[in-house]
Amino acid sequence: MNPGYELPLDEAAYSFGFLDEYAKREVRRAILKAVSIPGYQTPYASREMPMGRGFGTGGLQLTLSLIGPGDTLKVIDQGSDDSVNAVNLRHFVELTCPGVDTAERTAEATLIQSRHRIPEAPLTEEQLLVLQVPYPDPLVVVEPSEGKRKIMHGEGDYSRLLTKLYEDIVQFDEITISHRYPTRINGHYVIDPSPIPRYDVPRLHQSRALILFGAGREKRIYAVPPYTVAEPLAFEDVPFRTEDFREEHGNRRACARCGAKDSFLDEIILDGGEKTYQCSDSDYCNQQLAMRSAAVEASA
Amino acid sequence: MNKILEVRNLSKIHGRGCPQCFDTTGPAQDTNICPHCGSVVAAHDVSFDLYAGEILGIMGESGSGKSTVVKTLFFDETPTAGEAVFFDGDAQYELFSLNAAQSRWLRNHRFGMVYQNPHLGLNFNVSAGGNIAERLLMSDIAHYGEIRSRAKALLARTEVLPERMDESPKRFSGGMQQRVQIAKALATRPPLLFLDEVTTGLDLSVQARILDLILEIQQELSTAMIVVTHDLGVIRLLAGRTLVMRYGRVIEAGLTDQILEDPQYAYTQRLVASAL
Amino acid sequence: MEPILRVDGLSKHFQLHEQQKLIPSCINVSLEVYSGQLTALIGPTGAGKSSVLKCVYRTYLPSSGRILFFDAKGREIDLALASEHQMLELRSREIGFVTQFLHCLPRKSALDVVSEPLVARGAGRESAREKAAELLAMLNVPERLWGVPPATFSGGEKQRINLARGLIARPRLLLLDEPTASLDPATTDRVVEPIETIKAEGVAMLAIFHHPELVRRLADRVVELAPPVVATELLETCAH
Repeated sequence: MNPGYELPLDEAAYSFGFLDEYAKREVRRAILKAVSIPGYQTPYASREMPMGRGFGTGGLQLTLSLIGPGDTLKVIDQGSDDSVNAVNLRHFVELTCPGVDTAERTAEATLIQSRHRIPEAPLTEEQLLVLQVPYPDPLVVVEPSEGKRKIMHGEGDYSRLLTKLYEDIVQFDEITISHRYPTRINGHYVIDPSPIPRYDVPRLHQSRALILFGAGREKRIYAVPPYTVAEPLAFEDVPFRTEDFREEHGNRRACARCGAKDSFLDEIILDGGEKTYQCSDSDYCNQQLAMRSAAVEASA
Repeated sequence: MNKILEVRNLSKIHGRGCPQCFDTTGPAQDTNICPHCGSVVAAHDVSFDLYAGEILGIMGESGSGKSTVVKTLFFDETPTAGEAVFFDGDAQYELFSLNAAQSRWLRNHRFGMVYQNPHLGLNFNVSAGGNIAERLLMSDIAHYGEIRSRAKALLARTEVLPERMDESPKRFSGGMQQRVQIAKALATRPPLLFLDEVTTGLDLSVQARILDLILEIQQELSTAMIVVTHDLGVIRLLAGRTLVMRYGRVIEAGLTDQILEDPQYAYTQRLVASAL
Repeated sequence: MEPILRVDGLSKHFQLHEQQKLIPSCINVSLEVYSGQLTALIGPTGAGKSSVLKCVYRTYLPSSGRILFFDAKGREIDLALASEHQMLELRSREIGFVTQFLHCLPRKSALDVVSEPLVARGAGRESAREKAAELLAMLNVPERLWGVPPATFSGGEKQRINLARGLIARPRLLLLDEPTASLDPATTDRVVEPIETIKAEGVAMLAIFHHPELVRRLADRVVELAPPVVATELLETCAH
């Protein structure tokens, strides 16, 4: 950085936060390209961050390039706002970005950085979702050579990925991919939608919010722009299915804490070996609980 | 009869090449390595026509350039010079000026290849049926049930036991692997099939059954084929016409029975005389 | 009447590079073959009778001379110069060849071997088989052999399979190279019958027979080939 260079006052927002403006410019350029070519893995110069690669450095670089005073940030890890990683990331932003609020309520956030989940509450056009990605390329399981993978992406050649699905059905009678389900964006590029469960994949389709994916270690940024088609790979006669959380009698399990029957559930094994189920999205669970107690109060 | 393939002056040099390459190599010079620059002239000035439904044999010893010819036509290798036109109904393709996507489309939809080494033609990480599925998926068939039944029918046709359909070809015998390769190559019913030493290294009895299968398929589907082999028996059995190659050049071409009974050139005479 | 085949000054010699020898086979042969007639080639062993047939069929490349064939569309084609694809086309539609030896696909039943030329032309497998069965019955091939590959057959049986294969496609010109060489007199008679039938139907034939008796019975024209010239003599004449 040029030490003698001072930004004009009206552009002061540009040097906001932890990243220097060159780093932010690099990331923003990559974001623009990623949004312009939905699903394309845009390479970018990933910076060293004050945390280990693999702990969400890709997501954090996106967040720090996008955030400004007046924004409200929510950080989720495994659906929860209170896990160590989420708390640390939130704390880091609070330290380095004056004027930024943090929140746990999905509805309050303007920017959400997440790992493993997309919030249960529907996102809006005003919100922006940043997902941390460990392995950006869905083709890595079928083709070891990066050069060949790039050609395959360019030509939209995903037959070997589909062959993998075919093999799954042959062996297990269903597609067994639980996380990182390969999803075709805007009719061409297939992406690894980060380790979100199948349950969240339909949320990519025609999303109101811009969804950005950042892989810090692999140095890639890609996007599902708002109102874009996102189709999970499947066969005409073996459609994509999400987790249905049915117990043995075919009834939908409910969250043991809030009673919700429309959320992604985590299986928790109690001390006695007994299984119980709870919302994975802690904010959603809290909201449901609050609504229920309000209803109880109102009826009393 | 309709022409399906027209190859003109096909050349392939491995190495940087120099202006003397073609003059200093060939049967007369008894080498295919250029003494000036050390490049290998794998094929030079190869021209031929192939008609729909016919089998053309390319015969020669190893290093004669016979495999190079089919590999360039199947886009496995890029030729140094030459032209090839593929006639497909009303469409015509200049094979060596297509872009990557176009050549991939032809490879997947209109051509088939069976390699001597099954590792080149098959993916050993997926099942035999999965290998065929892959080729069907490449040609945009996305119905699991249909893929499954077509794979089953193809494997049955090439005499692979249907109960072994979901096994990896890793566990198959060499003959069975070739059958899976043939089934895979035929999955899209291509009008043009390349066979590169498909029976080399197999037991005689297994060889015979594979050759029978190829002939039966040729009659059923009237697929045009280019059969590359060093085996006179294979040529005699399969090919109507034959090219004889040596040091990258076609030294003799004719009807197969004529090549075998009345060879014109010293090399071919020696080759035919040394057949068992 | 115009001939269907006119051979004009045909010669064939083999140049053996390894041995550095020039072997003459047939020299300056001229003959004509007409529709519905049989032209027989006679001459001593080594006179090049088979070579003439093979040159007409292009199994041998003629060294000099013209082989004019008039195809079904009335075009004149010089078989010595015709393209390979032209030859293949003529072989499949117009010119048949029955040799002394059976060259066929191993491991195929006699019935399939015989019906193959029809199938190759696009006939249905079943109707071709019926036709083949008819012919095999006519040629007195025992029915128990029909489903068996001919590799194990006796010489006479093989020869009849071969003849049936040549007859089934009803070529316009049929080349016969000693089709009765290893048949007993009774079977020979059974073979003569279908040859006479197709002759009556207008098929032109150029034939070599082992028995002079058959030449008398079947031939409309006889062409005698000169005895071979000794190689050294020929080389001398070439040198001059």
